[in-house]
Amino acid sequence: MTNSDKPMLDKAELPMPAAVVSLTDDLPLKHDSPYTRSLQEFLRHRVALVALAVVVIIVVASIFASRLSSYDPIGRNAKIKLMPPSAEYVMGTDALGRDVLTRTLYGGQISLQVGFFSIGLAALIGVPLGLIAGYSGGKVDNVIMRIMDLILAFPGLILIIWLVGMLGASLLNVVIAIALFSLPTYARLARGQTLSLYQRDFVLAARCIGAKGPRIMFSHILPNILGSLIVITTLGVSDAIITGASLSFLGLGVRPPTPEWGAMLSDGRGYLRNAWWISFFPGMTITLLVLALNTVGDALRDAFDPNTLSK
Amino acid sequence: MGKYILRRTLIALLLVLVISTLVFVMLRVAIPGDPAAVLAGDRASPELIEQIRKNMGLDRPVPEQLLIYLTNAVRGDLGRSVQFNEPVFGVIAKAFPFTVTLTVLSVTVGTLIGLGVGILTAVKRGTWIDSVSMVVLVFFYSIPSFWLGLVLILVFAVGLRVLPVQGASTWQHFVLPVATLSVGQSALIARLTRTNMVETMGAAFIQTARSKGLSERHVIFRHALKNTLIPIVTVVGLSVGGLLGGAVITENIFGLPGVGRLTVEAILGRDYPMIQGTVLLVAVAFVFVNLIVDVLYIYIDPRIRYD
Repeated sequence: MTNSDKPMLDKAELPMPAAVVSLTDDLPLKHDSPYTRSLQEFLRHRVALVALAVVVIIVVASIFASRLSSYDPIGRNAKIKLMPPSAEYVMGTDALGRDVLTRTLYGGQISLQVGFFSIGLAALIGVPLGLIAGYSGGKVDNVIMRIMDLILAFPGLILIIWLVGMLGASLLNVVIAIALFSLPTYARLARGQTLSLYQRDFVLAARCIGAKGPRIMFSHILPNILGSLIVITTLGVSDAIITGASLSFLGLGVRPPTPEWGAMLSDGRGYLRNAWWISFFPGMTITLLVLALNTVGDALRDAFDPNTLSK
Repeated sequence: MGKYILRRTLIALLLVLVISTLVFVMLRVAIPGDPAAVLAGDRASPELIEQIRKNMGLDRPVPEQLLIYLTNAVRGDLGRSVQFNEPVFGVIAKAFPFTVTLTVLSVTVGTLIGLGVGILTAVKRGTWIDSVSMVVLVFFYSIPSFWLGLVLILVFAVGLRVLPVQGASTWQHFVLPVATLSVGQSALIARLTRTNMVETMGAAFIQTARSKGLSERHVIFRHALKNTLIPIVTVVGLSVGGLLGGAVITENIFGLPGVGRLTVEAILGRDYPMIQGTVLLVAVAFVFVNLIVDVLYIYIDPRIRYD
């Protein structure tokens, strides 16, 4: 009956009261954590899977841009300027004779960096802040959350534009500015969840066996808020990508000739009458990516929240 | 009630004060670039730059500058714009009406459409109308305004030639910008309305209303809708507050001479007095719209009391 290759501590070999054995045998969900259940729920959502595939394709295509296209994203070529989409130049060429598809592929690198780094940074700082605020309560909580309220009290885009304009347009400054104004979202989420989880028995149990603050915050509370965190991070990345592209559109992003979606869109504005493709395709790509991210985010929300109503 | 409004107004004013001070100090301490040098131009002599610095009061200690700025601001004097060589207050006052028009029109149109679609999808939950709407709404919600604006220009101004592209001289000039902003607004409101309506429609008082024999229309509009208005009013308030500070992207695409364009021009041109002025406007608009929203709650939901 027992396979000799299996490790010594096989469940079947352990002496167990009959009642317990029959109980576990009857439970089909014995390895089903809330996360696996959410994952199964998500995988049932076909539209979301297509959306996830779109995100993966855009990310991979941007990373391997130099392998996918043999054209130069920056070098000018007056001979082929303003060429309409064709088999050779699928998205046409711009006013300086650069292949729009190639630039769109490379442009994704900037937008994706802005999206992932700024939200990563915001979550990395915001979540511990929220955990500390929720766990400590009192004055610490008050000071942290009032600062967050102050940041949140104003419309983001204008202040981000202002901050980037003042600090100087660069990828790093764009990431910092977006991260700063996204911070409160993560702090508030972490704090709110901490406050409610703190009342739960497993936290009480951890405290009873002598677990200290950091251990409770990061080993007991944090794993339980990961679900909500993944949802708002997905939606946050799509927002950050739009904000980043908006900044370059206004001339406040990376410097030309570096390809970037918002900047390419802005470049093409003067040619709408005779070369619509210059603006159209980079914009379409952002829209596709953001739409896909939002669809994935919505589906994740449905999957993680059993009370969801959008069914 | 009066006491509450007074207290909130004071807090709002304090917030505005904190923000303007932060902006003022950051512009002078933390930020590279010398406004006097910008104003003097590329070929100015050091003496000229020094002279301008003196005239602008930039040679004085920062706390003193701040005090002068704040006292003047209370009197409505926000300094002179470097780019326009006109009082900042006047320049903003000229741009503000365009932004207000754009905000009011697009929020109204977007909210009305959003409410309609939201109610319809909530009532027809689970049917094909609902599923199709949900897909369209995610699309509307995701589409960035700079691309939507551009596509609208391509279709209606370049292709069909029925609407103008740039400027704000006729009412036709507002059609495309309002459409651009309404799309996102309607998607936002529709999703919010649907979620809240679905929740409310399951409540016991709706069953009671139905069992009293009230018509479905009466139940939906008088009973259910009224109870979903709070979150909607909050979001509408946030939209209005945000847009009054300037629909930066949309104004930029369509060449509308509003506050949003002014802000970007001021930042790109390092026009310090103008930057302070526009940030102040953004802060005031946002804080006070939120205050109005909080007061509106009391009229929508009599259970809310602030005393």
